Amino acid sequence: MSIDLPLIWAGIIALAVGLYVLLDGFDLGVGMLFPFARSSEDRDVMMNTIAPVWDGNETWLVLGGTGMMGAFPLAYGVLMPALYLPVILMLGALILRGVAFEFRVHGGRRGRPFWTAAFAGGSTAATLAQGFVLGGFIQGITVKAGQFAGGPFDWFTPYTVLIALGLMSGYALLGSSWLMMKSNDALHGDARRWTKVTALVTGLFLAAVSVATLFIHPQVAERWGVTFKGVDVLRIMTLAPIPLLGVAGLALVALGFRLRSHFMPFIGVALVFGSGYLGLAVGFAPYIAPYAFTFRQAASANNALALMLAGTSVLLPMILIYTVLVYWTFRGKVTPDVGYH
Amino acid sequence: MHIDALILSRLQFAFTVAFHIIFPAFSIGLASFLAVLEGLWLLTKKPQFQTLYLFWIKIFALAFGMGVVSGVVMSYEFGTNWSVFASRAANVIGPLMAFEVMGAFFLEASFLGVMLFGWKKVGPRLHFAATCLVAGGTLMSAFWIVSANSWMQAPAGYAILPDGRFIATDWLKVIFSPTFPSRLVHMVMAAYLTTALVVGAASAWRLLKSPDQTESRTALKMAVGMFALVAPLQLLAGHWSGEVVREHQPLKLAAIEAYWTTKSPQGLTLFGLPDRTAKTTRFGLTIPAVGNAIEGVSQTTVLKGLDAWPRRDWPVVGLVFWAFRIMVGLGMAIIGLGVWGVILWARNRLFSTKAFLWASIAMGPSGFLAVICGWVTAEAGRQPYTVYGLLRTDHSMSPVGFGQVSSSLTLFLVVYAIVFTVGVLYILRLIAKGPGVEPPAALHAARAPGTAFAGLEYEPDAAPQADVSRLERV
Repeated sequence: MSIDLPLIWAGIIALAVGLYVLLDGFDLGVGMLFPFARSSEDRDVMMNTIAPVWDGNETWLVLGGTGMMGAFPLAYGVLMPALYLPVILMLGALILRGVAFEFRVHGGRRGRPFWTAAFAGGSTAATLAQGFVLGGFIQGITVKAGQFAGGPFDWFTPYTVLIALGLMSGYALLGSSWLMMKSNDALHGDARRWTKVTALVTGLFLAAVSVATLFIHPQVAERWGVTFKGVDVLRIMTLAPIPLLGVAGLALVALGFRLRSHFMPFIGVALVFGSGYLGLAVGFAPYIAPYAFTFRQAASANNALALMLAGTSVLLPMILIYTVLVYWTFRGKVTPDVGYH
Repeated sequence: MHIDALILSRLQFAFTVAFHIIFPAFSIGLASFLAVLEGLWLLTKKPQFQTLYLFWIKIFALAFGMGVVSGVVMSYEFGTNWSVFASRAANVIGPLMAFEVMGAFFLEASFLGVMLFGWKKVGPRLHFAATCLVAGGTLMSAFWIVSANSWMQAPAGYAILPDGRFIATDWLKVIFSPTFPSRLVHMVMAAYLTTALVVGAASAWRLLKSPDQTESRTALKMAVGMFALVAPLQLLAGHWSGEVVREHQPLKLAAIEAYWTTKSPQGLTLFGLPDRTAKTTRFGLTIPAVGNAIEGVSQTTVLKGLDAWPRRDWPVVGLVFWAFRIMVGLGMAIIGLGVWGVILWARNRLFSTKAFLWASIAMGPSGFLAVICGWVTAEAGRQPYTVYGLLRTDHSMSPVGFGQVSSSLTLFLVVYAIVFTVGVLYILRLIAKGPGVEPPAALHAARAPGTAFAGLEYEPDAAPQADVSRLERV
C-alpha cells in the first residue's frame, strides 16, 4: 500500500488556491473600494489594514502556479497557454497595484494620485482577469495531443463575463467585510454600507452563475443530479450541504449586521466563498484541466511528488503557523493617527 | 508566424527576467546589510546604526516590492510562453522551484511585514529576528533558483522518458548539479557587491555635501571593506565558474572566448567583433598562445573551438563574448576601487579625497550592469537550448501566436517602464536626501500613518519636517 500522492497534491494545490482567493481576495477587494472612500485619510487607513500582509497573501498565488507546475506539469502546460491573455493581464495589473503600496507613500503632487488610481485600477483589472481565468477554466480547455489547441479568446464568453463580474463583487464583499473588522468611525460605517450592497449583489451573482452553469454545462448539471430525464434527489441531497453552507454564510452576515458585530460578517463571507469554491469543485473534479486531464493524468512523476511532499510536510505547517502569527501581530483596529502601534 | 512568436517570447523572457534580477541582486545584499546594521545597533547601541537601518529599510521596501511583483511574472511565464519546456522539465526542476516558494518566498513576504510595520508591535529582539529571517529567506531563494537554473545548464541525475519528459533519478545530483556550487557563490557575492556599490555611492554623494556626517562615513567604510574583501574573492569565484563551464559547457566557453577553431594553445582575444557568418573575429586584439594559461590548462591541452559543433548549435557569439567582457571589466574596476579605498583609508584620507568619492558614485550602478551581463553570458551562452544539449529553445515554446505574445510584450514594456522609472526616481530621491536628515520622530510625522516606521517612538516636541508634497493629500 502506498500513499496516493496525486490526490494529496490535488488537495495541497486546492488549499493554496483557496487560501489565495480568500486572502488576496480581501486585499484586492480593498483596492476596488478605493474610489468609494470619502477622503485620502480613509484611503490611507484602508491601505494600512492590508500593507503588512498583502505580500504574504500574494505568495499563495505564486505557490498555486509553481506548485501546479511541479505537481501537475501537463495541466500547467495547457492551462497557461489557453488562458494566456487574462494571465498576462493579471500579472501586469498585480505589478501596478503591488508597487503602489510603497510608491503611493513616496509620491508627490502628481505621483500620489497616479498610484492611488493604479492601486484601484490594478486591483480591479487583476480581479477581472482572475474571473476570466476561472471562467475559462470551468468552461473547459481544448486540448489535442497533450497541447492546448484552442483559440486565443476562448476564455471570453458571456458566461466568463458573468463569472468575472461575480468575482469582482465577491472580492469587494470580502474587502468591505475585512474593513468592517479593521476600521472605526466613518470608515467603518462606509464599510458596513459597502458590505450590505456587495453582499446582495454577490448573492445574486452566485445564484445567476449557478443557474447558468447548470444550463450551459450539462455535464456539471449531471454532477448535481439534474438531467433531462429527471432529478436525482439523492445526489442533490448529498451535495446540499455545499449550497447550504453558502446560505449559512449569508445568514451569518445578516446576523452580524443585526448584532452590530465587526467580525461576524467577514466570517460569513468566508463561508460563502468556501461554499462557492466547493460548489465549483463538484462541477469539475477530478479534472485539473477541464475536461482534458484529470489530476491523475496530469500528475508529475511519483518521485517528484514524493520529494515535494517531504519538503511540504515540514514547510507548509511552518508557513501556516507564522502566517497566523503575523496576522495576530497586526490584529485589531487600524486608526488614522498613531494607529499602527 | 511561429518563428516570430518564438523570437518575441524569447525577447519577453529576457526582458522580464533581466528586469527582475536587478531587484533580487539588490535585495539579497541589502537584507544582509540591514541584518548586520540592526545587529550592530543592538550590540553597540550606537545611534548611527539605527539611523542607517531606518534609512536603508525605506529603500529596501521599494526595491523588494518591485522584486516581488516582477517575480510573480516569472512563475507564470514558464507556463504561458514555455509550456513545452514546463511540461517536460517540471518533473525535475518543479520541486526545486516549489521549495523556493515554500522555503523562501513565504518567509520573506511574511516577515517583511513585521520588519516594516512591526517596530512597535514586537520587541527589538523579535524585530531583529524578523530581519534575519528575511535575509535568510533571500539567500534560500537564491539557493533554489540558481539550483534550478544550473540543472538547465548542465543537467545531471536525470533520465528521459519515451514521451520526451525528463525524470529525476538522483535528487542530490539534480540539486547539486555540476555548475551549481560555483554559480551560487558567484551570484551571492555579486549581490553583496552590487549592494555595497550602491551603499558606497549613496554615502559618497552625502559626504561630498556634508563630509562630517557620521552615518555616511560608517557606511562608506563598510562598503569599501566589502569591495576590498569580496571583489578579489569574486574574481576567484568567477574563475572557478569558468573552469566548470570549460568542463561541462565547452561550447559556451568557445563562444565566450570566440575560439573559432579547435587547437592548442588557444589565443586570448581581448577585444574585437565576432562575426558568426565569417567565422572570425573582426578587428580582434588577440594575444597568441596565452588562452590556455588564462584558462588554467597546460599549453598542450586542446581547447575546442566553435568548429567542433554544427553551426545550428552555436549561441550568438558576439553577445556572449561582449557580455562576458563587460562583466569582467567591471569586476576589475570594482577591485581597483577597493584597493584605492583601502589605501586612502590607511592614510586617513578616505572621506576627503573628492576623486574617490566621485569614482564611488560613478561605480554605483556598475554592480547591476555586471550582474545582468553575467546572466546574459550564462543564459545566452546556453542557447539554442533551454536544457543544455537536450531540449532546444524552439521546441520549448507554448502554442501561442504572434498576436498574443506581441500584446503581452507591449504590456510588460509599458508597465515595467513606468514602474522602473518611478521606482528608481523615488530611490534616488531618498538617496539624495541621505540618512539622518530627519530624526526618527520627524520620520514618523513625515510618513503617512501606518507606512513603514510610522510606529516608531513619536516625540511631539521634535519638530516634524514634513514634506510639503505629502501634505497635499489625494
